[in-house]
Amino acid sequence: MRPLIGQREPQGMRHDPSPSKWQYRYERWMLTPIYRRLIRTGLPVLMVSALVGIYVMDGDRRQAISDGYNDMVRSFQQRPEFMLSAMAVDGVDTETATAIRSVLNYNFPVSSFDLDLEEGRRRVEEVAVVERATLRIKPGGILQVLVTPRVPVAMWRQGDALHLVDASGRVIADVQSRGDRAELPLIAGDGAKDALTEAMSIFAAAGPVAPRVRGLVRMGERRWDVVLDRDQRILLPETDAVTSFERVVVMSQTQDLLERDVAVVDMRNKDRPTLRLGESGAAEMRRINADVSGAGN
Amino acid sequence: MKQLYETQRAMRNMRKAALQRGLIAILDVGTSKVACLVLRFDGPERSRGEDGVGSLAGQSSFRVIGAATTRSRGVRFGEVDAMQETERAIRTAVQAAQKMAGVRVDHVIACLSGARPRSYGLAGDVNVNGEVVSGEDIGRVLAACDMPDLGEGREVLHAQPINFNLDHRTGMSDPRGHAGNVLSTDMHLLSVDAVAMQNLFQCIRRCDLELAGIASSAYVSGISSLVEDEQELGAACIDMGGGSTGVSIFMKKHMIYADSVRMGGDHVTQDISMGLQVPHAIAERIKTFYGGVVATGMDDREQIEIGGDTGDWERDRRTVSRAELIGIMRPRVEEILEEARARLDAAGFEYLPSQQIVLTGGASQIPGLDGLASRILGQQVRLGRPLRVQGLPQAATGPAFAAAVGLTLFAAHPQDEWWDFEVPTESYPSRSLKRAVKWFKDNW
Repeated sequence: MRPLIGQREPQGMRHDPSPSKWQYRYERWMLTPIYRRLIRTGLPVLMVSALVGIYVMDGDRRQAISDGYNDMVRSFQQRPEFMLSAMAVDGVDTETATAIRSVLNYNFPVSSFDLDLEEGRRRVEEVAVVERATLRIKPGGILQVLVTPRVPVAMWRQGDALHLVDASGRVIADVQSRGDRAELPLIAGDGAKDALTEAMSIFAAAGPVAPRVRGLVRMGERRWDVVLDRDQRILLPETDAVTSFERVVVMSQTQDLLERDVAVVDMRNKDRPTLRLGESGAAEMRRINADVSGAGN
Repeated sequence: MKQLYETQRAMRNMRKAALQRGLIAILDVGTSKVACLVLRFDGPERSRGEDGVGSLAGQSSFRVIGAATTRSRGVRFGEVDAMQETERAIRTAVQAAQKMAGVRVDHVIACLSGARPRSYGLAGDVNVNGEVVSGEDIGRVLAACDMPDLGEGREVLHAQPINFNLDHRTGMSDPRGHAGNVLSTDMHLLSVDAVAMQNLFQCIRRCDLELAGIASSAYVSGISSLVEDEQELGAACIDMGGGSTGVSIFMKKHMIYADSVRMGGDHVTQDISMGLQVPHAIAERIKTFYGGVVATGMDDREQIEIGGDTGDWERDRRTVSRAELIGIMRPRVEEILEEARARLDAAGFEYLPSQQIVLTGGASQIPGLDGLASRILGQQVRLGRPLRVQGLPQAATGPAFAAAVGLTLFAAHPQDEWWDFEVPTESYPSRSLKRAVKWFKDNW
């Protein structure tokens, strides 16, 4: 048995490799999964969060941190790579382009981070002439606005004002006189632009009569009148307006209906087209009738 | 007996709990080294059902994740001699193994190499209740075995039913569900010194570890170093350890006999130390480097510098020829083998159908041992190494680790022992219940 007291290892003797009881217990404790996790992750996290918490507790430091952060963001966003220097508006005439530029009132140079392209596009599309717009940042610091303009298909007279209307019935612009856009058909009357599709098909059906058509008038927001020159009118029904108009066109081709002194062709009753003669025509008619009846007498 | 039953049952439950956690440590407290392996049970086979054997004979279910060995101190003849020293050695091994595994283990399965094991063959029979044999019948027949007088201070270490007979049929491994009238069993009981076992318990408990099982080292070395055929047909395993040599005989995959010779490799070293007048450590070194048991003419010419550490380095340049060293070692090795032979003869080993003898353990690495052993033990001798288990470090695959590896197999698949079966109901203490009833009757 080794002596119990005065255990002093002689010099040069090898160290006892066995752990002491407490060292052994400590190692076992450290190997216990929950403490192991606590010490390896929990403690560092706690310490770091405590340090951060203490640092941030001061209001000035918080302010300094947020200022520093904002400065950093700003300086990054203001780098020349991200700066926009000009705007290019493509696809429309100069006048519209000016309008768009005034709508997108960016003061260049501006960082592309500050632009809300989606919002800009919405603003551009609110301009009447613009049907669709695409905003995009081109390399070289150019904000490109690609605009698809609305195409006017008709002119709408409302009172004294003349408007250009596109296929969907939206008013695009005002015009001073009819002569400015003489190639466009003219429509008038309340609710005329809401029934534009029908109006356009009526215009399309005009065929040989087309040069004579002055315009269409919407009557009582339900049916169309075709106004020809020489104050002739064709009254179309509410339904099948195009078919009725085609019948009139055919009649005019075969029987020269519209060449005669007819003031109104009334097609509202489909079964029985009705004619109203012009003044001279009516007088002539009366004279002939009188002759015939007189001769008959 | 009752108390033992409870202890062993508690250990089984502990083992179950350890497997639930998936971690268990193996502790082989030997005379020359203390080995600790940490096993992790989480293989792909974990959810496998009761029946069928998994791949790699079910060993793929665990993996060795930590292994450590340290020089044993305070153990003699495989028994704890100095508690403090042994405890320290266990602590060292366990701590190193835990460090390697990176986890803490609480449950330990240990083995006992010395402690004077003694084998008994028991027989018992009982009438079967009902038509077929049930688990309860097995419990009853095991309880019906006539208990031999173990002697003062002896404890049961293993009590394994090795054979069941039902009426005229014999050789049944599992009679449950069979129809029959009389069930009888043969049981192998291994008793050891209670004090030696308790000392080991105490050492392990003082290291804050829970004992989840204990096995005889002769038995577990047999499990690990006998191949399946040998275990089936009959073979003996001689585990030549440091302080004791375990002898176990296997038949039909059951251990039928175990004993230990209280001599081992350390005695060889001691002989060298005494014969050559050198310290123990140097003798050990000389033994492992130059040791042998068969001398040839070449060995006369081979001079070994023994380098005795007497402090007189200039003068003390003794040399010894290898033949002399062999001359010192051989008688002791022969003595050990003859003792083992005597144990085998006492057990009636010569009547077994197959008489394969497997030598394992650290001392079996002496060159030329197989030749010497075959002259003493018979022709069918081979040197055995333990089975390979997953994750075992290369350094722990030698024959010295036969017991440790056997313990891993034992931890994974323990054989059914007596305490794994249900206690027969009639032996429950019914007296206390009767007394309670009587008390009620008297007072109301």
